[in-house]
Amino acid sequence: MSTLPKFLLLNQQKNPGSPAIREKKLGIWHTLNWGQLADEVRVVAAALLLEGIQRGDRIGLLGENRPRLFSAMAAVQWVGGVVVPLFTDTNAQEIISPIQSAGIAFVFAENQEQVDKLLSLMPQCPSLRRVVYDDELGMRHYGQSQLLSYEALMAKGRTGLVEVGAQLDSELECGSGKDPAALFFTSGTTGPARGVLHTHEALISRVQSAIKSEGLSSSDTSLAYLPPAWLAQHVFAYVIPMVSGSCVCCPESSETMLSDMREMGPTLFLAPPRVLEALLTQISIRINNTGGIKRSIYDACMAVAKRVGAGVLSGKQVSTVDRITFRLSDAIIYSPLRDVLGLSRVRKAYCAGESIGADLLLFYRSLGIDLKQVYGSAEMGLFATLQATDPGLSGSVGRPAPGLELSLSPAGEVLFRAPDPFSGYYQDTDSTRIRTDAEGWFYTGDMGWLDQQGELHLVGRKQDIGSLKNGGLFAPKFLENKLKFSIYINEVIVLGKDCDAVCALVDIDSEAVGNWADKQGLSYTGFTDLVALDDVYRLIGEVITETNAELANDPNLAHAQVHRFVLLPKRLEPDDGEVTRMRKVRREVIAQRFTSLVQALYDDSAVVQFDAPVRYENGSTGQISATVMIGSARVFAAPTLHKAA
Amino acid sequence: MDASMHAHDSTPDAPQRGFPIGGPILELEGVSLRFGGVKALTNISFNVLEHEIRAIIGPNGAGKSSMLNVINGVYRPQEGTIKLHGKLLADMTPNRAAQIGISRTFQNIALFKGMTVLDNIMAGCSLREHASFLEIALQTPRARQEETENREKVEHIIEFLQIEHIRKTPVKRLPYGLQKRVELGRALAAEPKILLLDEPMAGMNIEEKQDMCRFILDVNDHFGTTVVLIEHDMGVVMDLSDRVVVLDYGKKIGDGPPDEVRSDPEVIKAYLGVAD
Repeated sequence: MSTLPKFLLLNQQKNPGSPAIREKKLGIWHTLNWGQLADEVRVVAAALLLEGIQRGDRIGLLGENRPRLFSAMAAVQWVGGVVVPLFTDTNAQEIISPIQSAGIAFVFAENQEQVDKLLSLMPQCPSLRRVVYDDELGMRHYGQSQLLSYEALMAKGRTGLVEVGAQLDSELECGSGKDPAALFFTSGTTGPARGVLHTHEALISRVQSAIKSEGLSSSDTSLAYLPPAWLAQHVFAYVIPMVSGSCVCCPESSETMLSDMREMGPTLFLAPPRVLEALLTQISIRINNTGGIKRSIYDACMAVAKRVGAGVLSGKQVSTVDRITFRLSDAIIYSPLRDVLGLSRVRKAYCAGESIGADLLLFYRSLGIDLKQVYGSAEMGLFATLQATDPGLSGSVGRPAPGLELSLSPAGEVLFRAPDPFSGYYQDTDSTRIRTDAEGWFYTGDMGWLDQQGELHLVGRKQDIGSLKNGGLFAPKFLENKLKFSIYINEVIVLGKDCDAVCALVDIDSEAVGNWADKQGLSYTGFTDLVALDDVYRLIGEVITETNAELANDPNLAHAQVHRFVLLPKRLEPDDGEVTRMRKVRREVIAQRFTSLVQALYDDSAVVQFDAPVRYENGSTGQISATVMIGSARVFAAPTLHKAA
Repeated sequence: MDASMHAHDSTPDAPQRGFPIGGPILELEGVSLRFGGVKALTNISFNVLEHEIRAIIGPNGAGKSSMLNVINGVYRPQEGTIKLHGKLLADMTPNRAAQIGISRTFQNIALFKGMTVLDNIMAGCSLREHASFLEIALQTPRARQEETENREKVEHIIEFLQIEHIRKTPVKRLPYGLQKRVELGRALAAEPKILLLDEPMAGMNIEEKQDMCRFILDVNDHFGTTVVLIEHDMGVVMDLSDRVVVLDYGKKIGDGPPDEVRSDPEVIKAYLGVAD
């Protein structure tokens, strides 16, 4: 099998009646089986041929996870087209560059909102000639000739099915694994988004090795709730089901995701660290709001989990008493908790997108959830490394996937080489040259090291890592993950490269801090008011002090204690460019936007005036202005180093 | 949102509406309402055209809510007539108003606080149920089929108002803006021809107001529902409505399209209190 549409037909032959996609619509789950899905895809593919789509054409997808999004993807690939999933929560300006650089002429859009966006940028994107929309709500009065409803497209395909039947078969037949299948744009953490082409073969072979090593099967179920424009989500919700014949579920809306997940009980779960952090925050808030007895039972059980849970999951030797207490705690706390989170049937949970903090990983693993970190990127694909069955707590991301070569540059940068080497950024040879060398090695930009078992450990992004003025190593991601484990901190940016001391910009979790403030009887009007409260500064100061105490115990980390911090007077927003659409922090933008705060952290000011323009979701702009305090945390003396023998 | 808020602008490229404005659906002629010696409404006449959005505005105590209460039969006016589709409505009661297709929402939300969003909206369907109390209690096939149909209808409303995530939440736990949306949902469940909205935007923040505007425009556009609304927020009224009636001390002092009403010296005086 060489292309994804061929897998689709294989699934149709093998298990026509088993579920391919489930979708919750009007409060009821509807199932599309492989037979129905393949029939629909064939019709859409016929319509695409009639629309004049040719092999190699790039076709945009601007929608959330809906069955029709997946059928459209398969249909595009059937006729040899390349799918280009785009982020839906962007404003119109942000999708101009992908549409222009990929020369997109045809887009599948979800609804009126996305259609409006596309219509508004048509003057700048002359290549765009057709927009197909799924949801007809509000679309009645649109007369533009470029627009076509999905229903109308299907009707066109149905009538033309006989006419182009032979061509459909030959298009499918001549598809090869070397054909490009999808074009993804990088998350743009460290610069403008760049396109990366993936062939069918690259996507399929990686998934096949993951299926083998992770034991995935056609009886698995996953939930498609992350942006389709994210490669990891694409692999999880589209490539894996196609190749393994498993089922993917589309929640009703992003707000209902948690209850939908509980209803469907997926067996595979993919989440970026921020989702796992948010879940933990939700749990903590709800536990904090319950009565004393319940809370103490929870705390006692979680202490047991922390002590022995991870060991039990990994099959390590645990004393009989511990084993019994763990079983008991599982019955009264962990199991109901897994159920509430919709994770009770999860066999494999993966964390992708960024490196996860050890504390967070431990929390989920000690609840009995087999959560693993997977490593990958838009350039390398997901599952660039695979973990052995027991990831333990070493923090490694595992060994390279079969067929991939892994190496480290002399400076410690992680390098990868694939049999079909990274084909380069789409129409961007300059960036390609910077990231690849003559021997075909791809420079990931991540710093890491290999342990004795040959497993890869990641330290952080190359440009973030450095040293303090006194020479101590500075690896911000590690510190940030430690701090972010606190439910009160949503995001934190640690500074200190080439500086005297480590300082932090803290983005508080407004829900958790708000809940805390309510309990303390503090009054505030809104976010900006909440972050300016002395008590909130004290709260965050305590969190940082605790982390400092932990760091001080480790002679290698004692120098990295956080001295001063500010609470950011605004949330970090993708519309302001501070975080990517996947909510990953953009350090350069933040350093530049919050210059006055950074300066104040390093001179001895106690307060600083902050002004910045802000951009709202609808594209309009405003101004934020606030007086920001500088907080300081207690710093502990480092333990005296044991004299080397 | 900005552009869509002006869906009724008469600019040439504004989209045409789903249901063009028709003839008078509701006509009030010389309506007067007194509580003892207090004149709440004095000799009010105006009409509402089919498929239009008609606003009633006026300062506090101008008689706006009384006007709405007269239309749906809570108060019976001492003088004057009300015609629906040209037919005289005598002996109007709220129940009867609901049966002939007039639904309403209230200024201070009147939902069943302990019931879920779903149950509240389902309650709005009850008028259209034909199964008897006994049939429902015994769960006869007819009662069950009716319930299934109603549930489907309600789910469409839930999707339309984008409240899927709170479907099973008790109403009392919801913020004010969402409760208002649920109340609109319950009014829609009765499939009204005329929807009376008593200050649908009161107490909302800007974002909630924008959402509510969008929903009112959509209801009007998709279902062709005629909307009569009372509102304080002048900006909202001007953007939303096709025609405006202005009341002051129980008397009609203006009537016409928003632009015309806005520049009427009488209206400006009532609103801004210009010194004589």
